[in-house]
Amino acid sequence: MTGITSIVSRTAVLNRADVDTDQIIPARFLTTTSRQGLGSAAVADWRYRDDGSEDPDFVLNAPHNQGAEILVAGRNFGCGSSREHAPWALLDYGFKAVISSEIADIFRSNSLKNGLLPIVVKPDFHEQLLAEQVTLTIDLAARAVTVDKPSAVAVPFEIDNFSRYCIMQGIDQMGFLMEQMPAIEAFEAQRGDTI
Amino acid sequence: MAKTLFDKVWDAHVVVPETDDTPAVLYIDLHLTHEVTSPQAFTVLKERGLPVRRIDRTLATMDHSTPTTPVHTLKDIEVVGPSASAQIRKMIDNCREFGLPLRDFDSDERGIVHIIGPELGATQPGKTIVCGDSHTSTHGAFGALAFGIGTTEVGHVLASQCLLQRKPKSMAVNVEGVLPAGVSAKDLILAIIGKIGVDGGTGHVIEYRGEAIRSLDMAGRMTVCNMSIEAGARAGMIAPDDTTFDYLRGRNLVPDGAEFEALVSQWRTLVTDDGAAFDKTVTIDASQLAPMVTFGTNPGMVTAIDQPLPPRPADGSWDRAFDYMRIEPEQPIVGTPVDVVFVGSCTNARLPDLLATADVMRGRRVADGVRMLVVPGSQAVKREAEALGLDSVFQAAGAEWRESGCSMCLGMNGDTVASGKLAVSTSNRNFEGRQGIGARTILASPQTAAASAINGVVSDPRPFLNQA
Repeated sequence: MTGITSIVSRTAVLNRADVDTDQIIPARFLTTTSRQGLGSAAVADWRYRDDGSEDPDFVLNAPHNQGAEILVAGRNFGCGSSREHAPWALLDYGFKAVISSEIADIFRSNSLKNGLLPIVVKPDFHEQLLAEQVTLTIDLAARAVTVDKPSAVAVPFEIDNFSRYCIMQGIDQMGFLMEQMPAIEAFEAQRGDTI
Repeated sequence: MAKTLFDKVWDAHVVVPETDDTPAVLYIDLHLTHEVTSPQAFTVLKERGLPVRRIDRTLATMDHSTPTTPVHTLKDIEVVGPSASAQIRKMIDNCREFGLPLRDFDSDERGIVHIIGPELGATQPGKTIVCGDSHTSTHGAFGALAFGIGTTEVGHVLASQCLLQRKPKSMAVNVEGVLPAGVSAKDLILAIIGKIGVDGGTGHVIEYRGEAIRSLDMAGRMTVCNMSIEAGARAGMIAPDDTTFDYLRGRNLVPDGAEFEALVSQWRTLVTDDGAAFDKTVTIDASQLAPMVTFGTNPGMVTAIDQPLPPRPADGSWDRAFDYMRIEPEQPIVGTPVDVVFVGSCTNARLPDLLATADVMRGRRVADGVRMLVVPGSQAVKREAEALGLDSVFQAAGAEWRESGCSMCLGMNGDTVASGKLAVSTSNRNFEGRQGIGARTILASPQTAAASAINGVVSDPRPFLNQA
């Protein structure tokens, strides 16, 4: 992973609540043993018609949403299954961040481990973002989102310090965890359960 | 300080406490793993030259992509298609390479991972249990802290036996009173999700408490905890009691004799202390519940089966779901024609679920034009059911009786519902396309599923029970 400090992009708005991970990537695509190349399966049942062609009526297929790197979605995005294929598919599709007023726990955790920014904003700002396509700056260093409009103010968001640090540095969390091995071994020894 | 059950289990597993800048290092007692969410994690271990650190704390099986037709030789797995069968072969190869015992096709102990963990006695009170599967919450029925994780975290646990975690908040769901006849644990959890919503538990660990919970058997408790994730919760827990200990006594992976009784004494301390505070509390009266069915495209869109459906909300938020389901608001759901009935999944495929199904079906026939699939949760459940003659009841009624696996819950193995068809399913998710592209799903209890199969339309099971 390369480090990310900010993202500047147009938004693509998917104004549906409770988008579950079965929609983000349907189960029939989970037979893969790789994490690569899942972009074509992202949101497949909404993107494609029965004959496999793209459905021009689906919002993410609209010309104005092509190339957008920030997905603004309805409340409770990513609920359901724990499949990490969901953030893998969205990243491979081209998204770098998802913004909602609420993001499901496991999807959020999985996203943070892959450098897909899950940004939770307050409901009133969320409503504003759902209402129209805008260009946004997500500033990870400042923990703030700013709409590219005159007089727009930076809107803060919360993100776990540790995950933020790892994403900004482009490092994965495994290294930190493996550095804890002496403490892990001591914990096991104390419980009378050593290898 | 007074502690909740969740606090006690969490605190006992903190290797390194969390700070503002770093999450806690949480020790994992039991890691369940299967073919779908592990291959990319094994790849990471290989890239880094790491072994599976605690093979003795890892339980591996295959359940999602596996056929529910008999597998005598590995050639028989090809019915699931090239990609799913390649995933199965990859799991076999990975387990062999890392020296991990696998509950493979030749094992009597194979089955859905959330069914075999408890069945083997690997699931125990007070343990931390994780799996790359959101329904890991099932194991909380034993007073374990059990939750689903992603594949990156599967790699973390394989390599270190620990996870980096922030402590979730706590939520009490008090279920007072007793469930009426014909109303099951499945109906109860659907009612709970309907009340708190599909995001009502987000960020929280739920503890289910109260008289109705205490009076459930372990299968019922597992059904309740299983669907905690459908309310968005990180985990669901129930304090262990004599029902729990009686279930575990004598199982393969628990000690026996004095050693077991010593464990029971420890397990009895795993209760929420008087005066312990929850971040959120919800109370439900079980005695007022009826059989529940879903009518929309998430498990929170649920109704009592004997009530008309709610109207369309003015904001249009349910329009898409009603249109997808082709179900009319403000009408009764009873009487809706059914194409497929699925009894199975980690939610409702244990022996008591199959007994309840058989009680409705005995001496009756599945309605013409309805396909019914009964898929036991494990090979052990299959053997027990066959010893009781349940397979004959199902087959005489015209239902298909299969080998164990996740099967039609998510259709990864080719057991799918055709586009546009309506399925009454005992599984856990009625999302669009969950059981197959364009498939429409109504979630229900085994009793309701069986009654609907017999009548060929969505049916209240209670009249069948009165006749039995």
